[in-house]
Amino acid sequence: MCETCGCGDPEIVPIEVAERILSDNDAQAGHNRSHFAGLGLLAINLMGSPGAGKTAVLEATAKEANGRLKLGAVSGDLATERDADRLNASGIVSATITTGSACHLDARLVHHALHHFPSNDRDIFFIENVGNLVCPAIYDLGQAANVVALSVTEGEDKPLKYPVMFQKADLVLLTKIDLIPHLDFDVAAVEDALARVMPEASLLKVSAKTGEGIDAWLRWLEQRRSAPVERATEGHEHHHHEHQHEHN
Amino acid sequence: MHEYSIVASLINRVQQEAAVHGGARVHRLHVKIGELSGVEVDLLKTAFDTFRERTICEGAEMKIDTVAPAWACPSCERTVARGAILRCEACDRPARMIQGDEIILQRIEMEAPNV
Repeated sequence: MCETCGCGDPEIVPIEVAERILSDNDAQAGHNRSHFAGLGLLAINLMGSPGAGKTAVLEATAKEANGRLKLGAVSGDLATERDADRLNASGIVSATITTGSACHLDARLVHHALHHFPSNDRDIFFIENVGNLVCPAIYDLGQAANVVALSVTEGEDKPLKYPVMFQKADLVLLTKIDLIPHLDFDVAAVEDALARVMPEASLLKVSAKTGEGIDAWLRWLEQRRSAPVERATEGHEHHHHEHQHEHN
Repeated sequence: MHEYSIVASLINRVQQEAAVHGGARVHRLHVKIGELSGVEVDLLKTAFDTFRERTICEGAEMKIDTVAPAWACPSCERTVARGAILRCEACDRPARMIQGDEIILQRIEMEAPNV
């Protein structure tokens, strides 16, 4: 009933919704997931700070794969196409998603990029997210796994400072390990921090510069590819929607 | 700053509900935000106050319930405290988050003659 004067008119009624606010994005992500499954490719959402070495890791991955795997990537970038240019030069078929001022990719942007991607014939499809340790964690893109690149120059306490990003990670790549001899970086401390925010903490140490550890990362990808594990539900009151969608 | 995009989704959702129920004016929204959802409550409020203008939510209040994170062992259901190693000592299994990452529109209070 009317709250201001108690006149009883008009009626104020409670409507129970109890749904994720980003349910539209979730539905679009589910749709992307069926695209990826249909194309038989492993989609990896690669996240990390600006300068964590995401693009360099992908370049090193292409070098290590040496033509054994067909790699594709879309890179989220605020303004430039530099990452896609670098990746194309390394042999990864790439396109840019220019986000303007947006700090993250969402499922709709990835869907659009997927439909305009130059090749459907890929084994692994990397979604290189916008460099940011906060916002990208919130948006499901339809990926099979979340991978976070954390460089040794960022400090061991990053997982504790940005728990949301790391709790959603299936794997953390500790990058630039060739720099460890020049730094006071404690690998055990970062492993301890990860164990406090990431229930199934999983860390691989890599150097894109020397190639160290890239073979293990490639094995991790190939294992995921042969036995893709669907990530558990995002959120606990998750509602799945049947989603009808027409393609032009 | 993804809070603006979350508010845009929120207002869209409220508009859909209003259309279904013939609602005219929204008085109050109840949302649930987990402390580990990645959404900053203060930024969400600021974004809502900015974006509600000239929408069905103009003048509406947003009540936010925050949810503290909690983890539990999937086998024995023993809880694991925040900040601890997220593993059940008894069962040696990784703990699962049981709450704390919610971004939920719980309830809308609106003037709706069709309900």
